[in-house]
Amino acid sequence: MFLINWFQQLGLAYPLAWTLAQVIFIVVYAGIVMVSVAFWILADRKIWAAVQLRRGPNVVGVFGLLQTFADAMKFMFKEPIIPAAANKVIFLAAPIISATLAFAAWAVVPVDKGWVIADINVGVLYLFAISSLGVYGVIMGGWASNSKYGFLAALRSAAQMVSYEVSIGFVIITVLLFAGSLNLTKIVEAQAHGWFAFSILFPMFVVMFISSLAETQRPPFDLLEAESELVAGFMVEYSSTPFLLYFLGEYMNIIMLCALMSIMFLGGWLPPVDIFPLNAVPGVLWLLLKIIVLFFFISMVKAFVPRYRYDQLMRMGWKFLLPISILWVVIAGAWVVFARPALAHVFGG
Amino acid sequence: MAYLDRKARQIFLWEFVQAFILSMRYFFAPKRTLNYPFEKAPQSPRFRGEHALRRYPSGEERCIACKLCEAICPAQCIVIEAEPRDDGSRRTTRYDIDMTKCIYCGYCQEACPVDAIVEGPNLEFATETREELFYDKVRLLANGDRWEPAISRNIELDAPYR
Repeated sequence: MFLINWFQQLGLAYPLAWTLAQVIFIVVYAGIVMVSVAFWILADRKIWAAVQLRRGPNVVGVFGLLQTFADAMKFMFKEPIIPAAANKVIFLAAPIISATLAFAAWAVVPVDKGWVIADINVGVLYLFAISSLGVYGVIMGGWASNSKYGFLAALRSAAQMVSYEVSIGFVIITVLLFAGSLNLTKIVEAQAHGWFAFSILFPMFVVMFISSLAETQRPPFDLLEAESELVAGFMVEYSSTPFLLYFLGEYMNIIMLCALMSIMFLGGWLPPVDIFPLNAVPGVLWLLLKIIVLFFFISMVKAFVPRYRYDQLMRMGWKFLLPISILWVVIAGAWVVFARPALAHVFGG
Repeated sequence: MAYLDRKARQIFLWEFVQAFILSMRYFFAPKRTLNYPFEKAPQSPRFRGEHALRRYPSGEERCIACKLCEAICPAQCIVIEAEPRDDGSRRTTRYDIDMTKCIYCGYCQEACPVDAIVEGPNLEFATETREELFYDKVRLLANGDRWEPAISRNIELDAPYR
């Protein structure tokens, strides 16, 4: 807001001032998110290494903090190899689409009260739409590389993402029933009397966590990548900067889903209890802390859960998570209608 | 009852909770890996690393161009040419080792009657180009000068067992 006022004082018309201020916000926000990805990747590698009694990267910069930047430089200076039979336009467009969508999703994620680029009324729907579009980056990449391995992996990946989006959709519906709004800010504010993770929605939190792993193709559901058995799945023909873009998009999606889970279940920027030393901490830090905790769990899952088989993955998605989440839509609806009037603000209702 | 027990464990993800606790124990356990470039594993005196041509303390090179190492080398990576020096002693004019062919078997140092060619303790001699790994006599003698303290200590330590 102060930027808009400041630009208006400089003599700019309101629409121009607004546009300029928004562009600055977007660039700063995207920059912070993109640079933070470097540290998320490092944290991921460090956590994984620690469980395996290794040290992880620790040479480039203090504690290896600059390792990811070194890797990024390496990718950027390598020669991008485009297969002769590939469809060049789509081949190069696919990673751009992946990365762009991963960036675009952040537009509606509020980091504190009012700290959001687009405070739209259908924020959750927008996020859901963007993450569904992510499948296109995968399919296009796999198809355009004109490699049967890339194509098969893209199909499997698409099937996996679509399957788990269904249960994510139902999880989101239960949260919407409780919050009564599609606006992410309103969803957070609805949790002022108790986080949804500590209400009867807790099983949905677990379902959301598992589905997020599958949605972002993290282990134990990374069977199209399966580093120890296969090559890089639909990214098999990618190298250099296009690969970097896929990698960036992948991690930004993971962080985005962590943020979404924090907002929907862990009260976003709200402190655990609204008392003095806790509510003095800026909301951004609370959200960051929650994202860090969730990311830690996502990384740990990579370290201790063996990879699922493809049929196990599909069975879990359609025959376990989906029925449970549908059942919980009914339970949550019943709770809102019958139990909440009697038990206001108990169990996070 | 056993069925219910099993199902209950599945639904409450009990195995995952246990696995998480176990992996957290490993998370805080001391690391088993060496911090390699900064700390190194102990090395046997018999370690066969980069080759070196040694000199006598007087500065005279040890190699007498008997070509036993060239003859015994299973990878045939050693090439020697020799002719009498001005003072009449037999010396090499060329002593090349192709480090890309060498299999580090140590036969050359076993064959050498004067302990001239040895495999030193150095294992960090990676290069950026292939050509840099074609060692000539100058390079090998320089290696000898550089690693002589370590090499002579290793020979001394290993002497009782030979």
